[in-house]
Amino acid sequence: MINLKINGIDVAVDWGTTLLEAAEFLGLPIPTLCHMEGLTPYGACRLCVVEVGKPPNSKLVTSCTYPAEEGLEVRTASARVVRARKIIVELLLASCPQSKTIQDIAAAMEVRQQRFRQENEDCILCGRCVRMCSEQMVAGAIGFTGRGQDRAIGTPFDSHSEVCRLCGGCIYVCPACELRCTYTDPEKAICGGCANLAPPCVDKPQFDDMMCYMQPCVACEIKED
Amino acid sequence: MDQPQGSATAAQTDEGNVEICSTCMHLPGCKLRSKQDSPILLCDEFEEGEWNADLVTALIDKHRDQRGGLISILEGVQANYGFLPEDALRLVSARTGRSLVDIYGVATFYKTFSLEPRGRHLCSVCVGTACHVRNSPAVADELACQLGVQPGETTEDREFSFETVNCLGACALGPVVVVDGHYFPQVTTREVGEILEKTKTGLDRVEVATDERVFPIEVFCARCNRSLMDHRHPIEGHPSVRVTISFGRKHGWLRLSSLYGSYTIESEDQIPEKTIAHFFCPTCHAELAGATDCPLCAAPMVPLIVRGGGMVQICSRRGCTSHLLDVSGLGA
Repeated sequence: MINLKINGIDVAVDWGTTLLEAAEFLGLPIPTLCHMEGLTPYGACRLCVVEVGKPPNSKLVTSCTYPAEEGLEVRTASARVVRARKIIVELLLASCPQSKTIQDIAAAMEVRQQRFRQENEDCILCGRCVRMCSEQMVAGAIGFTGRGQDRAIGTPFDSHSEVCRLCGGCIYVCPACELRCTYTDPEKAICGGCANLAPPCVDKPQFDDMMCYMQPCVACEIKED
Repeated sequence: MDQPQGSATAAQTDEGNVEICSTCMHLPGCKLRSKQDSPILLCDEFEEGEWNADLVTALIDKHRDQRGGLISILEGVQANYGFLPEDALRLVSARTGRSLVDIYGVATFYKTFSLEPRGRHLCSVCVGTACHVRNSPAVADELACQLGVQPGETTEDREFSFETVNCLGACALGPVVVVDGHYFPQVTTREVGEILEKTKTGLDRVEVATDERVFPIEVFCARCNRSLMDHRHPIEGHPSVRVTISFGRKHGWLRLSSLYGSYTIESEDQIPEKTIAHFFCPTCHAELAGATDCPLCAAPMVPLIVRGGGMVQICSRRGCTSHLLDVSGLGA
C-alpha cells in the first residue's frame, strides 16, 4: 500500500493507482474530459490537473496519468489548480463551443466568459474515440493523423476503413459530438445517416448488437425484418 | 536492403561527376551506383520502382522484432520508392499485425515520410524567424512562382519537390535555401533562377582541383606507425595510400586516393562489389582493424592514423561510401 495525502487527508492506495482514482476514492471531485473508465489514461485534455509537492516546488500534473507515490502531497482544488483549469476550459470552449459536455464542465466551474477567439472546430483531439475504437471495439479503424495544427482524427488514406464496422462507439464517447444524432431535433432521433453509409453494418454480421452504439438505428430495423 | 555503393569508386569511372540518388542507390537495379557521389533524390537512370512485395516483405522481416522497428521499415520503403505507396503500408500492417491507422499515423506524423511521389530534387526554403525577417517569404514566393507549385507540392515533371521548413539551424546564413543537401546562403529573389539552373545541371559535381571539401591527408599504420603513403604512385596528383588487402582467396595491393572525399582506387585484383576486404599494413603486415562498424553497411571500419593527430576510418566494403574523419586528437 502507498500512503499519500490528498487535500490534507491521509489515504492508502494500491500500487499503480492514479491520483484521480485516489481522489475519487475520497470523494473529491476532479473534472475530466478525455478520461474514461475502461480506456487507458491519456492525459490529453489537462482538465484533471492537480498540484503535487510542497508549495515552492509544487507542480501541476494530470491526475489521470500520475501514479500515486509514497508520501506525496496532492491538492486537488488549490487556487493555482482552479486557475489553470479555468483557462483550460476556456481554451476548450474556444475550440469547440457547441459541445454540451464542455459547456456543462464550464458551467460547473463557474466559467462565465470565454475570452479567446472561437475556432468552431468539431474535435478537441481528446483521443477518446481512438482509444474506444482500438481498446473496446477492437477495431483500430481511426487514429491520429498529421502533426501540430494538422493533427486530426481520421481513417487511413482518408477513405472508408475496411476494419470499421460502423458500431458508432466513437460517436458515443465523443465529448464534442456525442449528441450529433439527435441534438438538432429530439423528435427525429433516427436520422437515418447510419443506414446510408456504405457498406452498411448489416453486411458485417460477425458482431452482434452488443458491440453497437448506433441505437436507435435504421440498419438494425432492416436487419430484424 | 541493399547496401549503398561506391566507397572506393573504380578508377575507370572518371572523376565521379555523376549523380546518384538516395532512392535508387539502395536498389539492385540502379545502374549508377558504382559511380558514387553525394545523394540527390532521383537520377535520370532511375526507373520507377515497380511495386515489389518481396522487397517490402524482406524489410519488414528484418525489423520485425526490433522495438521501434516500424520507423525503420518505413524508412526502408521510402528509400526504395521515394515515397510510401499505399499498398506497401497495407502490407506492413498485415505483416506486423499493427493496425493500418497506426502506421498511417506514423507516416503522416514525420516530415521525412511522404505519401506522394517526390521530385528528383528537393528544394527547401527556410521560413524560420531569422530567415523570415531577412525576406525569405519573398524567396519562397519566387521559387513557388518559378516552379509553378506551392510549398509541399511537386512539379508535374517530377523534377522538383518544393517545401518550406521552419528552421534549419543555419540562421547566420539566412535566408537559406537547401537543394539536395546543398546550402545556398543569403539568397535573394534574383538568385533563385540561378539556383534552379544549377540544380538541373548537377549540384554534385566535385571538382577535385578546386573543391575545398576535398583535401589530401597523410596516414599511418595504427600498429607500427609507419607511413602508408606511396609517393611513387600518385593518384589525382597526390601521393596514394598503399595497403595490402585480402578477400576471398585473393591477396594484393590496393592504392587509395589520399584526397579526403575522393573515392578513386587502384587495385591489383578487381574487387567485386560489396565484398568486404581485410586491410593490412604493407610494412608490418598487421591487420588494420578497428572496433567500429560502418554506420551504413555494418562492415568493419578500417582505422588509419592521420598525420597531425586524429584518425580516419574507411569502410572495408567495396562500394560503400562511408568514411569518418575524427580529428578530436588534433592539437592534443
